[in-house]
Amino acid sequence: MKNHFISKLLLTFTALGILTGCGNSNDSASNKLYVYNWGEYIDEEVIEQFEEETGIDVIYDMFETNEIMYAKLAQDPSAYDVICPSDYMIQKLIENDMLKELNFANIPNSVNIGEQYFEQSRDFDPENKYSVPYCWGTVGILYNKTMVDDVVDSWDILWNPKYNGQILMQDSVRDALMVSLIRNGYSLNTTNPDEIAVATKDLIDQKPLVQAYVVDQVRDKMIGEEAALGVIFSGEAIYTARENPDLVYVVPKEGTNVWIDSWVITKESKHTENAEKWIDFMCRPDIALKNFEYITYSTPNVAAQELIEDEEIKNSKVAFPDLSAFPTESYKYLGESGDRLYNDAWMEVKSADY
Amino acid sequence: MKLFKSRKTSALMSSPYIAWATIFIIIPLCMVIYYGITDSNGQLTFDNITTIAKPGYLKALIRSVELALISTLVCFILAYPLGMILAGMKLKNNSYIVTLFILPMWMNFLLRTLTWMTLLEGKGVINTILDFFHLPTMKIINTPGAIVLGMVYNFLPFMILPIYNSLNSIDENVINAAKDLGADNLQTFLRITLPLSLPGILSGITMVFIPALTTFAISTMLGGSKILLIGNIIEQEFTQLYDWNLGSGLSIVLMLFILLNMIIESVSSKKGDR
Amino acid sequence: MKKIFEKIYLAIILIFMYAPILTLIVLSFNSSKSRARWGGFTLKWYVNLLEDEAVSSALFNTLAIAVLATVFSTIIGTFTCIAMIGLSKKLRSIIMAITNIPMINADIVTGISLMLLFRFLHIGSGFLTILLAHITFNIPFVMLSVMPRVKNMNFYVYEAALDLGASPLYAFFKTILPELMPGIISGALMAFTMSLDDFIITYFTKGSGFETLSTLIYNEVKRGIQPEIYALSAIIFVVVLALLLLVYRAPSVKSKEK
Repeated sequence: MKNHFISKLLLTFTALGILTGCGNSNDSASNKLYVYNWGEYIDEEVIEQFEEETGIDVIYDMFETNEIMYAKLAQDPSAYDVICPSDYMIQKLIENDMLKELNFANIPNSVNIGEQYFEQSRDFDPENKYSVPYCWGTVGILYNKTMVDDVVDSWDILWNPKYNGQILMQDSVRDALMVSLIRNGYSLNTTNPDEIAVATKDLIDQKPLVQAYVVDQVRDKMIGEEAALGVIFSGEAIYTARENPDLVYVVPKEGTNVWIDSWVITKESKHTENAEKWIDFMCRPDIALKNFEYITYSTPNVAAQELIEDEEIKNSKVAFPDLSAFPTESYKYLGESGDRLYNDAWMEVKSADY
Repeated sequence: MKLFKSRKTSALMSSPYIAWATIFIIIPLCMVIYYGITDSNGQLTFDNITTIAKPGYLKALIRSVELALISTLVCFILAYPLGMILAGMKLKNNSYIVTLFILPMWMNFLLRTLTWMTLLEGKGVINTILDFFHLPTMKIINTPGAIVLGMVYNFLPFMILPIYNSLNSIDENVINAAKDLGADNLQTFLRITLPLSLPGILSGITMVFIPALTTFAISTMLGGSKILLIGNIIEQEFTQLYDWNLGSGLSIVLMLFILLNMIIESVSSKKGDR
Repeated sequence: MKKIFEKIYLAIILIFMYAPILTLIVLSFNSSKSRARWGGFTLKWYVNLLEDEAVSSALFNTLAIAVLATVFSTIIGTFTCIAMIGLSKKLRSIIMAITNIPMINADIVTGISLMLLFRFLHIGSGFLTILLAHITFNIPFVMLSVMPRVKNMNFYVYEAALDLGASPLYAFFKTILPELMPGIISGALMAFTMSLDDFIITYFTKGSGFETLSTLIYNEVKRGIQPEIYALSAIIFVVVLALLLLVYRAPSVKSKEK
């Protein structure tokens, strides 16, 4: 009798599955767009608005680090149409012939992006052929002023034993090593094995003090006062301060990494036109503004900057920092051998004792 | 009494599945082995496999084995008495009660792990309660202890079920006979109950040890990415470093471990048969 | 005395297993986002959850894959068990050994190996790849529970039915299938459970824009846990509990009716 019941249950499930489970095919010819972006890096209403205005069905996925994005794309080059990696990763994608040249005639709104950002992009996209800037910023320390009583102006504080178990580091090769390279006065693009070895040793020494290596979780953990200090991207500063007024963002005096995240279209994209429409949409001043207000990452969209109503944010040194106030450098793609150096170093840190 | 007229029909009817198993089991494993013993240019090499001997990798492997062994042991210590109690109850609806102990298995694996994140965090539920009673708070999250806890919590039902089944199927007359012949409780347990439940214990050990050895989600979630296990390394090779060769090479090492486990198991279960 | 100890032991283990889940359920009604503070009773996380399209599509994907994988693996597994009866014992045990590989092997290796296969064949990852993977790792569970019944089956009844003029198909449905049914059902249930619970293999075989509950939760965790996830846990727990109670209740009610 019992079995009878189960079989009925199964039958019902089966019928349900057959009736409804078949409408899930992957049709490349249809009006779709596969977008791959950082986590929490867009106002979801913007996606909906794009779908409504263009009738394109957006499939939106998120990645945590440039490296995860690259591995995914290398595995399946046609998985996504439009992605938003950082500078050095765009360089790697260009060198490995994984991107498609943009047709700027189809992206008229790109004129809204400040010329200086295109200028800056030439470091990794020499002829401005492949990328359109989306956000930019710095990397710094976010700290809770009720939990930290020292002056936070140097990366050194992340090595202070007083904050044992209160420190959050970035779980990403370049961003983690950057901290200790700069702290030692080296270039964050160094390929000198000795310098990398010193930086690696520093990170291993620091490891017992670190609460966790995380990426997007820094924001929530800092807001929830799980930790006192965290390495974070400048764009989170306004948002986190809004959620928890005790949180302060600083760029250490030794300097930092200045980065740009830009939209690019993949070589194997099956929906190039839609992808261009997407990039164009993202460059529209009202959309860029909407995104800026939601994610609070600095927008290179000059027209959108003009539209910001809140004077305080418009003139905020956090949202639009004066880059001459501290030394800055941008990541560069260091080639396969450079990648290996950094990956091995990071592996050493991650497998070290805790 | 043959269902089918000939062996031929039988082979013919089995062939679709044989094809399936070849495509989805054998070929994929051969691909892992192929990638594992070649480099990115397709040249034969054993570097990927021997990488396991490098300090960081070896450390991660040893750590994984340690944590998996501890978790398996804890699961066994918790599950065996439980299995005995449940089997001893001989209740009419004991299936009810047994189900109660394996019910969490139907909750999603990640939700079960996530539960412990919320409990153990610095400002998590347990510390909030401790703090409320002015007791010192604990720092468990992001330690090996948290990972073991996560493994035990997740895999305990896999240990309970086979042990209970094997204990439950022991014929009570055998135990009564032993007692009639003058064996005391301890003797009965050591010479009758334990050997007879050995198959259940062994399959419980396998069902806990292997997922514990190879997990990466538990260590990421409860270890704060500070504690690298072999599963994390393999996962990284595929999802971050895009090094299929090394990832496959390390997978081969993992398979060797599983093979070793199976050999030990089959040897000891044969001993148990005697 | 012994009985009391036993009861206490059972209670401790039960608390260990259920207290965490109950905590999540309590938190799902907490209006404060913080886990450390009770901000009052609310249902807003449930409302948010129901409005969340990503969750509902992930739930749908999970169920659809679990159901389809169960159906296919049960059919393939049962059919093969019966078909194999005529094979030599040696060949049969070889096939069984191969079948068991995905069950014994580490999920991470199975997941990776299938990913390599799908990439090699250029099968676009997504629904189909996950389904194929799930069918593959479900088949051993079905065959393992059907095989013993096939071995012990009495085929004379089937032959008698044939002698009496029944068509082979009719005889099969009337004689063989009912005898195998308990094995088939427990195999199917096992397969369904494994499929629902799987994370690792799905993680490696899923493609762009396709999430099941497991992968969705993993992504959420990496971005910071939202209270909606507590609500989701609570719902899943209650549904599972209800289903099990129903399954166990059903026979007792029926037998009373007799």
